[in-house]
Amino acid sequence: MDARRVSQVVPKVRQVGFVTHSDPNPPPQASRAQSVPIESNSGTPSDSPDFSPVMIPPPRHHSENLSHLRSAAVAVPESSSRRPMWDDRVAVVGSYNPGNSLLGQPVSPNSSEVNSEASTTLGWFGRNSSGKFSAGSSFPGGGFDLTTVKMENFTQLEGKKPEAVPERGGGAAVEVHNEVSSSTAKAKTTKAERRAMQEAQRAAKAATKGKGGGGGVEVNNRESSSNTLKAKTTKAERRETQEAQRAAKAAGKAQGNKPVAAAGGAGPGNILRQPSQNRDDPAVGSTIAGSDRRGGDRPPERERKKDVPPPRMQFDDQGRVNKSKKRAVFNQPEAKNRVELFRHLPQYEHGSQLTDLESKFLELDSMHPAVYKVGVQYLAGDVTGGNARCIAMLRAFQEVINDYSTPPGKTLVRDLTAKISSYVSFLIECRPLSMSMGNAIRFQKSRIAKLPLTLSETEAKAALCNDIDRFINEKIILADKVIVRHAATKVRDGDVLLTYGSSCVVEMILLYAHELGKQFRVVVVDSRPKHEGQALLRRLLAKGLSCTYTHINAVSYIMHEVTRVFLGASSVLSNGTTYSRVGTACVAMVAHAFRVPVLICCEAYKFHERVQLDSICSNELGMLVLVLVR
Amino acid sequence: MSMSAYYQTRAAHHGVVTSDWLAQSQEAATRAVVTGGQEIVDGGKSGRAFSVIDEFNNWRKQPDLAEAVAAIRALAAVIRNSEAKTMMELEIELKKASDSLKSWDTTSISLTAGCDLFMRYVTRTSALEYEDFNSARSRLIERAEKFGEISYKARKIIAMLSQDFIFDGCTILVHGFSRVVMEVLKMAAQNKKLFRVLCTEGRPDRSGLRLANELAKLDVPVKLLIDSAVAYTMDEVDMVFVGADGVVESGGIINMMGTYQIALVAHSMNKPVYVAAESYKFARLYPLDQKDMGPALRPIDFGVPIPSKVEVETSARDYTPPQYLTLLFTDLGVLTPSVVSDELIQLYL
Repeated sequence: MDARRVSQVVPKVRQVGFVTHSDPNPPPQASRAQSVPIESNSGTPSDSPDFSPVMIPPPRHHSENLSHLRSAAVAVPESSSRRPMWDDRVAVVGSYNPGNSLLGQPVSPNSSEVNSEASTTLGWFGRNSSGKFSAGSSFPGGGFDLTTVKMENFTQLEGKKPEAVPERGGGAAVEVHNEVSSSTAKAKTTKAERRAMQEAQRAAKAATKGKGGGGGVEVNNRESSSNTLKAKTTKAERRETQEAQRAAKAAGKAQGNKPVAAAGGAGPGNILRQPSQNRDDPAVGSTIAGSDRRGGDRPPERERKKDVPPPRMQFDDQGRVNKSKKRAVFNQPEAKNRVELFRHLPQYEHGSQLTDLESKFLELDSMHPAVYKVGVQYLAGDVTGGNARCIAMLRAFQEVINDYSTPPGKTLVRDLTAKISSYVSFLIECRPLSMSMGNAIRFQKSRIAKLPLTLSETEAKAALCNDIDRFINEKIILADKVIVRHAATKVRDGDVLLTYGSSCVVEMILLYAHELGKQFRVVVVDSRPKHEGQALLRRLLAKGLSCTYTHINAVSYIMHEVTRVFLGASSVLSNGTTYSRVGTACVAMVAHAFRVPVLICCEAYKFHERVQLDSICSNELGMLVLVLVR
Repeated sequence: MSMSAYYQTRAAHHGVVTSDWLAQSQEAATRAVVTGGQEIVDGGKSGRAFSVIDEFNNWRKQPDLAEAVAAIRALAAVIRNSEAKTMMELEIELKKASDSLKSWDTTSISLTAGCDLFMRYVTRTSALEYEDFNSARSRLIERAEKFGEISYKARKIIAMLSQDFIFDGCTILVHGFSRVVMEVLKMAAQNKKLFRVLCTEGRPDRSGLRLANELAKLDVPVKLLIDSAVAYTMDEVDMVFVGADGVVESGGIINMMGTYQIALVAHSMNKPVYVAAESYKFARLYPLDQKDMGPALRPIDFGVPIPSKVEVETSARDYTPPQYLTLLFTDLGVLTPSVVSDELIQLYL
């Protein structure tokens, strides 16, 4: 066993929390008085003046932990294996004073609740160096019952429990300690091991070809560790290997220069929301090309994947990030101190983006001015809300189509699709797509693809513009009317209606019910940092409704007098999960506890067939500056 | 006070004739004569409306006929009497008749559901291009007639499906007089199953008394309980069987007052609650709480005079949420409450 351990490559460190790239090798945290020894290998800067990330050792009962996460779990004998595992790697979760160590967080059943809560929302997580903010943000409840007890002296609080991370994080840490710990286990060839060995072989093949970006290092790691028993690769690592291989293949095959992935990711944009997972199909207008990259070795699935948009780019894949950066329209500096928990999401320095974009205005001759305008509006936060953003984007596309003329030698269908794709990636850079926008783009592209070839250019353009008009009219405006009419029947005299944030549909419902003459009052719940509810409050008061205004920390105080809760949604996923502004889940849960009916108001075009199990796996990070109160 | 026509009819069918019911029906009869006269004066157009409701009431009076079937037969009569020459015109007439029926008695869910279903059938199939008007008309009439058979057959199907759930030696608690449940128990008795029935009195209609009569005729051992004795006897009960006035989108049911209570008690004691309902009772409603439905009032006679400043809760029905129901026996099969919304979508869309 020992010999095997010695032969292992230095394992990757999984860090969750603030990380500065300035100091990759901090001294080991010897000052920690812990029951669980930890050695840090890399990546945990301890001497940055503004903050000091603290390493939270990974949970002790990692076997229970991982049995939640994967199907082929084999029971790991805990006691004997824990020691060796901790020697080899460190997991940094959160950032806190190293002097005050956090004793090993035992995995609790809470963690699995946290994972399985369908609509948990995340609080604010800061990204830059002066990340000392109080624990006032709305963290998911489950993970912190344990940590808060132990973290009296911590100046910064951090993300979720580590067991949430292995699904996503980039490190091979989990895998490593499992391998080590399995050294005492019986030599069972589990499905995971066989898979791991296959991965290793595939990875070895790819490595020898000398391709693949970020997959290289991990490949080596995995190769060497693949011989151990129970090499459990996390889903993220398997995905990365596969992506690396596909990227390698596609790099060889790649035709056009269209940005393949969400180029550069988006700026911090606004509050935590769900970016759309509509990544444009690359290059040639045929929709098959888009699935080349991942459908390459499975041709029959290509047909199916034509309709399913490719999953969002995970930002912890270095190769892809680099590639997309090359294609970025404007430069976005990455945040200096990234939160490891969100490594798969774009984290950028805000501040200079708007000016940067504006300065590039004259250089962007490939960009249609209408699209540029919409992009700037998104970035500046002038246009917010699923419906508004979608309509703005579609109107911009209408102008694009109107001004479009087919260049000689190209077909309208392909060229226009390519153009739209490039505009979409520009918009993504400004701000990640919402579900509504994603669905609208898909609709748009399918309409373009379905254009009969016999149409002349003007006819085709007119048809497309008509389609857009009809889409907006049917799916947004008429849908809103139907929703409002139906929802107003649920409002009775004497009701107290609660709403959170500012949703345009809910506002319409309230105003319509008021017009119908129903007697009710409204409670508007608001939260930092955007205080969107204040605008809603003003508009309701202007129409004469009687309103109460409160913040989200008082929602349990006021819930006992509420009779109905109306919430808007950015999207409703296929398992019924509602995707909405951060804080909505909190309000819904409190309402449920008080047995108050919660009504979600969402147009059908925002529905999506995805399933999301928690709030972290895909999201949009907001701006740190808004959260911190200096 | 206003009285729900639906529950009036039910009382007429199933309840024991009580003095207060008699008084009300007399009152209602005199009212109808007056309004009938007014409507005749109105002229031809409302003459049709008059005939629809009249027709409907005629059908409804038959004790064995379900509400929805009566409604559809009334609409079939509209088609027969109509002078429309095109499909569109006929549709418009039907829509008007259906709306007037629905507004005449807003509390009856199966009436609304029946009208809606028939209108759906009409609109969905009226655009057939190869059909000429007369054949379309006769097709619709035929369909309406068939609906009566469908409804009757539905009860048989439900009875057959529920036979597996009644085992020898079981004790069944029944609430309210539902013809479907009656069919179920009848078939079980015919299949020589040994079971006994506890039935609640079902005030104020006293429908339980009627049920007890019927069951005694079938030689099924029956025990009558007052409504308050349900929790007392719940531990000797093996299952609860109820019918439904309507099945709502959430999978819950709307039924005679007292059903919710019984379902709650049964649920807390882990006894299954089975609902027997035909598929045309599925309605596009979603009550969020007990008071979310339109009120259906049914005056109660306590037998002693009540001072006028004492309020009486006269609602005739309640809503049982889906989590307290175990299974629904319908002519579409044995469903769990969560599947109801799927079935509704298929029925209506």
